[in-house]
Amino acid sequence: MATHNAYYIPHKATWPVIGTAGLMTMLAGFANYLNGSSIGPTMMVLGLTIFIVMLAGWFTLQAGESESGMYNTKVGISYRMGMMWFIFSEIMFFAVFFGTLYYTRNLSVSWLGGIGDGPGRSTHDILWPAFEAVWPTNGPGKVGGEFEPMGAWGVPFINTLILLSSGVTCTWAHHGLLAQNRQQLIKGLMATVGLGFLFVCLQAFEYHEAYSDMGLTLGSGIYGSTFFMLTGFHGFHVCVGAIILSVILFRSYKGHFKPENHFAFEAAAWYWHFVDVVWLGLFIFVYMM
Amino acid sequence: MSAVVAEHEHDHEHDHHDHGPAKGILRWIITTNHKDIGTLYLLFALVMFFVGGAMAMVIRAELFEPGMQFVEPQFFNSMTTMHALVMVFGAVMPAFVGLANWMIPMMIGAPDMALPRMNNMSFWMLVAGVLLLASTLFMEGGAPASGWTLYPPLVLQTGKALPFAVFSVHLLGVSSIMGAINIIATIFNMRAPGMTLMKMPLFVWTWLITGFLLVAIMPVFAGAVTMLLTDRFFDTSFFDAAGGGDPVLYQHIFWFFGHPEVYVMILPTFGVASTIIPVFARKPLFGYSSMVYATAAIAFLSFIVWAHHMFTVGLPMAGELYFMYATMLIAIPTGVKVFNWTATMWKGSMTFETPMLFSIAFVVLFTMGGLTGLMMSVAPLDFQYHDTYFIVAHFHYTLVPASVFILMAAGYYWLPKWTGHMYDEKIGKLHFWLSAVSVNILFFPQHFLGLAGMPRRIPDYAVQFADWNMISSIGGFIFGASQLLFLYIVIHTIKGGTGEKVTDEVWEDAAKHGLEWTLPSPPPYHSFTTPPTIIPTEHI
Ligand code: HEM
Ligand SMILES: [Cu+2]
Repeated sequence: MATHNAYYIPHKATWPVIGTAGLMTMLAGFANYLNGSSIGPTMMVLGLTIFIVMLAGWFTLQAGESESGMYNTKVGISYRMGMMWFIFSEIMFFAVFFGTLYYTRNLSVSWLGGIGDGPGRSTHDILWPAFEAVWPTNGPGKVGGEFEPMGAWGVPFINTLILLSSGVTCTWAHHGLLAQNRQQLIKGLMATVGLGFLFVCLQAFEYHEAYSDMGLTLGSGIYGSTFFMLTGFHGFHVCVGAIILSVILFRSYKGHFKPENHFAFEAAAWYWHFVDVVWLGLFIFVYMM
Repeated sequence: MSAVVAEHEHDHEHDHHDHGPAKGILRWIITTNHKDIGTLYLLFALVMFFVGGAMAMVIRAELFEPGMQFVEPQFFNSMTTMHALVMVFGAVMPAFVGLANWMIPMMIGAPDMALPRMNNMSFWMLVAGVLLLASTLFMEGGAPASGWTLYPPLVLQTGKALPFAVFSVHLLGVSSIMGAINIIATIFNMRAPGMTLMKMPLFVWTWLITGFLLVAIMPVFAGAVTMLLTDRFFDTSFFDAAGGGDPVLYQHIFWFFGHPEVYVMILPTFGVASTIIPVFARKPLFGYSSMVYATAAIAFLSFIVWAHHMFTVGLPMAGELYFMYATMLIAIPTGVKVFNWTATMWKGSMTFETPMLFSIAFVVLFTMGGLTGLMMSVAPLDFQYHDTYFIVAHFHYTLVPASVFILMAAGYYWLPKWTGHMYDEKIGKLHFWLSAVSVNILFFPQHFLGLAGMPRRIPDYAVQFADWNMISSIGGFIFGASQLLFLYIVIHTIKGGTGEKVTDEVWEDAAKHGLEWTLPSPPPYHSFTTPPTIIPTEHI
């Protein structure tokens, strides 16, 4: 079956079950940890280790198959569709948190403040008649105590520039790949990965500032909740994207990818641009507005 | 490979070519074959159908008479919650994914699914998710008892089970997304030459659209439960008014997922019905393209009607009105479908084998559920119906004699193809009549109970509700017991059935309607190693 013109169908797959077992162990461990059970952390580490081994094994397998020419164009199309729809599902995941920000900021906080006729209106009248709707807020209960909101023009602005330029270097690397200029490919990827990790470091610094100097935490009412949830999930995606790109960089060193066959590179680049666009949304709706 | 080698189930004798299945139990664990995975999904769903069914029996036993009989109220509420979650995520959805796995490659002339390794993973993720969910039954504080909607603040009072339930939803979501992506990629990329989109059987069409729904909504549910988790363990205030959040926000997010979710269960149902009815009416499907457009329209509308589940929560008036009218619109494409099925049967030379009986019952009884839906879509009327047994009756009519009946129909229709054996038609008919009568004894009285004001999700009730509850419970017990016949038939058919050798076509002239009937019964391990050249177009 494994010829150029037939659709490649693997016949046995061991990594999926192993990965599932790892993920399940990790999540069950996390749940135990949250419940205060002492075996939680051990299970988490064990599960995570299995999961990482699975990722390494599965991707090595795929890369080997791809390099030995087992995938024809049609297989490539399936992979691309898979990646596209995966990114779409990620968009929907972020949409939940953007939606939450919109709803609380523009609707429910107003109702709590006595404006309009939404479901929170009676809560205002009965429980907190003195509460006035403003943003940012930690609610009528002043949950989490005094805090200072995060400004846009310091670290976040620098991070915007960093991510935007990383998008450029990523595209530059792609051009290198297409032009069979291996040096440009490698340099472009190195710059992208470097900028990615720089972004993560700066964000860690920003979080540190928030927690130690500004009183802004995950527990700072709805502002803290939406702020850290949105930026946190995004930061996590930047980490994942940078790790993926590091793998691509490693494969580029080893001489993988051809101008006509480099699905893994494309997938990583799409993912990176997606993370980039989400950040622009964050910068506008979380920091600037 | 030779096309007629029989190698279904536990038959390994012919495992001589290089890409047959692995030996023994390992075959099922590491398989990438669409038929093996389809079988796994279907058997898993069947088991879950009985697990969820057992929970329903607990519920109906407790409600048999007023007063507390068998279980604690907390456990009763865990039963309603787990029954729904198990049936939705463990039985109905996986059963349809199983059908998709088995049938889509065969219907579009493909050798297998587009992404076979991911296919394997999506099945095992499902098992992992259901295991986590089931484990909550044995935890301190019991399984979640908030109803399947998991509304805060109530759900935040769950004991140790809460994080397990949340992670179970995550795993089930990952499983569904992988399954859906695989189906979409298969349909777009793996069709045989000549199998244009508008020649695809409707089952394939409905699954394509269901795939879009799943990819769009499962992450939304995952996001909602993630916020439950952080509200409980990480001090966030998403659903807490004291911190500026809003518990109603959860309801919006949940139903943005939840309403399309009910269509995830009904669209493939429509697809199977549209596949079966023409074969037994011996006519092409009436209004093929209008069926496709109606499916797409329903899917689109399903994203913009979610707050009809929240009419009584205190939405602003503009919201009440908008969601009321938008919901009513769904009745139009749904009506188109019912009309088309009826018109397909009109003046057909019908025969009434078991799959057809279940399909006809589906058309009639699903319409019942649609009509009560229409009643509830009227916001002021819903103030009376909401959270009563009326809505329980509504959605059970749309799910049991619709989705579940059609799954049964699909079983009877394709089992001979899958196994090469014929099921016992007499017992099949008996199963049908017992189910069709008892399902109405079970659910019809619940309309009366709801209109009279009996709330849902309670273990005890006022005495004026006693009679109809007892009747409903009796119907429930008969319905539950009748399903054992189905279990028997499935096992019996796999083991050889009536002994009658079925033809490739199985049903008269079925090959005019679908490519799967041009393959041998049972079909070879890989469906179409070379693409078929003639595309049946009778269904168009
Ligand atoms: C004509 C089409 C339909 C309309 C107009 C409709 C309308 C509604 C409305 C207004 C409610 C909310 C009732 C309340 O909470 O007071 C509801 C609940 C429900 N519907 Fe439908 N419906 C339709 C079809 C369906 C279908 C096809 C399914 C599933 C296959 C379905 C499953 C459900 C479920 C599960 C609930 C209850 C959810 C819960 O609160 O637990 N409906 N429907
Ligand atoms: Cu709905």
